[in-house]
Amino acid sequence: MVTKTYQLEAVHCPSCVAKIEGMLKRTKGVEKSEVLFNSSRVHVSFDETALSSEAIKSKISELGYQVLGEK
Amino acid sequence: MSIARISKKQTIAAAGALAAASFILKETLGYEPVTIIVMVATTIVAGTPIFKKALGALRYWIVGIDALVTIAVAGALIIGEYWEAAAVTFLFSFGDYLESRTIEKTRSSIKALLDLAPLKARVRRGGLEIEISPEEALKGDLVVVKPGEKIPVDGTIVEGSGYVNQAAITGESLPVSRGVDEKVFSGTVIESGYLIVRADRVGDDTTFARILHMVEEAQDKKAKTQKFLEKFSRFYTPAVIALSIALYLFTKDLRLALTLLVIACPGALVISAPVSIVAGIGNGAKHGVLVKGGEVMEKLGAVKVVAFDKTGTLTIGKPAVKSLVAFGISEEELLRLAAIGEVYSEHPLAKAIIREAEARLGSALGAPQGSPPSLPDESAIIPGQGVRFRTGGKTYLIGGRKLFEGSAAGIEKHEAYLTMEERKGRTAVLVGDERGVLGILSIADIVRKEAKRLVADLRSLGIRRVLMLTGDNARAAAAIADELGLDGYFAELLPEDKVRVLGDLQKVHGRTAMVGDGVNDAPALASADLGIAIGGAGSDVAMETADVVLMSADIGKLSYALGLSRATVRNMKQNIGFALFVAVSLLAGVLVKTVNLSFGMLVHEASVLLVIVNAVRLLGYGKKATSPVKEA
Repeated sequence: MVTKTYQLEAVHCPSCVAKIEGMLKRTKGVEKSEVLFNSSRVHVSFDETALSSEAIKSKISELGYQVLGEK
Repeated sequence: MSIARISKKQTIAAAGALAAASFILKETLGYEPVTIIVMVATTIVAGTPIFKKALGALRYWIVGIDALVTIAVAGALIIGEYWEAAAVTFLFSFGDYLESRTIEKTRSSIKALLDLAPLKARVRRGGLEIEISPEEALKGDLVVVKPGEKIPVDGTIVEGSGYVNQAAITGESLPVSRGVDEKVFSGTVIESGYLIVRADRVGDDTTFARILHMVEEAQDKKAKTQKFLEKFSRFYTPAVIALSIALYLFTKDLRLALTLLVIACPGALVISAPVSIVAGIGNGAKHGVLVKGGEVMEKLGAVKVVAFDKTGTLTIGKPAVKSLVAFGISEEELLRLAAIGEVYSEHPLAKAIIREAEARLGSALGAPQGSPPSLPDESAIIPGQGVRFRTGGKTYLIGGRKLFEGSAAGIEKHEAYLTMEERKGRTAVLVGDERGVLGILSIADIVRKEAKRLVADLRSLGIRRVLMLTGDNARAAAAIADELGLDGYFAELLPEDKVRVLGDLQKVHGRTAMVGDGVNDAPALASADLGIAIGGAGSDVAMETADVVLMSADIGKLSYALGLSRATVRNMKQNIGFALFVAVSLLAGVLVKTVNLSFGMLVHEASVLLVIVNAVRLLGYGKKATSPVKEA
């Protein structure tokens, strides 16, 4: 289990937060996730064997939010 | 990112032009085929991004506002309301764009803080000066910093001196002078001078990095009101969708149902609290006040009692010689003797004497300032009482009154003076020889100069009790409580006693804030309703434990913090009140059919924008007045 933080481009509508959170909740391998509105960040705890960090990033990008960095 | 932004801008500009054309055609030609074609084109240009987003979300079974708008627009096209479709899509994407621009403003203070992070470090390794990124610097590295540059590490100056602007850490932009052996912080800027700094803390361990981390965490810590609103909107949106379906089934009025759908998303309501909070926290961070989240903002504004630690909080925490009297010798000679006697002592009182002697006699002693005073020829400590020492062929005594009691020194005639000094909370140190007392030095901690004003400010902000909790003796406590005009004090407390006293205060008076500085205050800071740490650049433990951190040693910032939190909460309440009003009005307006699709969208977008703009106002708080802003 690892926890990563992704920095997104500025998220400005609360429904974006709901969208990303909903997507992560339905993604297999994601244990816990939180989208921070003001700092435009996403905390994700996930099972490395089931899911890669790259996959998470591409899923977020597919929703229309550019991932600027990860930590 | 910039490419995405330009294309978004162009899309909106194109949609805007098309929408304007549609409007002109509609007003001049009426609903001719050409008018309808332009309207549909507007809808396609403005609506495609919305439609795409809606699809992306639907793949994960999420119905967001994009989906609602898409359904409404599709419905409008089907029933032949082309103008409505064009207007709604344009207004929605234009509003969305404006919101993204203004909301960035509310976050601008925090972003500005992030931008203060140092980008490079010039270090000396193996005789070479190399430039590296600050994360690569190692503890112990010698870092070279030139005028105008940012110090990339927390460290100690080993060479050079200069003026350092510490605004990034303390919020205070007046530069301070720093020289050899003094500490400097990462993120601060050298305005003039040249420093070589030995790195003590690097990367994420620096004070600046930890402050940044805390600010970043703080901006998304939700207020209670906000949590409630989020719960509310979780029910609100599905409820309005259900209502629109029900309405359609009963009335078969598709237009009415679609309009309801458009206003179903309580955008202004959901956004009302977080925008105020991020603006408030950003404003604080800019002024050296770190408020850890929305809930803390709410609590801070509602504090009833403020309890201060004494040493290091209300006082500077460094005793100093307040007055001295000499009998038969000069004041300078008295100080010189006292300094020689105390030279080996590590006691804070002894240090106060030596500092005073250095300040006043540095050159008179023939030694440069800062060098140790002459040494005694002999010196013996009398435990718990003082020191007996020899200099210039004579034997002297220095210490408390006990040292002289019962001797031939004749302490009795100074009794009245000693009692008077002790009542002022000062500690008297006597210097004498076998024949008598040569002089008395009165030593006390120095009260911070802004403390008195702060107490008055807190009162005017409606704080019911301003108190002091201290481990010091009752006499010293009483003297300071008196000087500052406090409502009371609790003296001779151990850290656990402070926790107990705070518990009692909370029961009797309500919400209590504890203000402290050091490690020994951490339990009290944690147990109070609200822990406020002073001088965050000092104690790590206090900074981590506290809910609010005043980054500089200026406790006057406390009244600013209190005023800011109230302004933030007020701003949040205005936003919520306004958003609720708009939501209810729109709902009513739609139901009585005075609000149509595009007008509903216009009001919706305008209300979101207004809420954000209102929050942006908070960034200006405290710009003019340094004194607390009175409640409106």
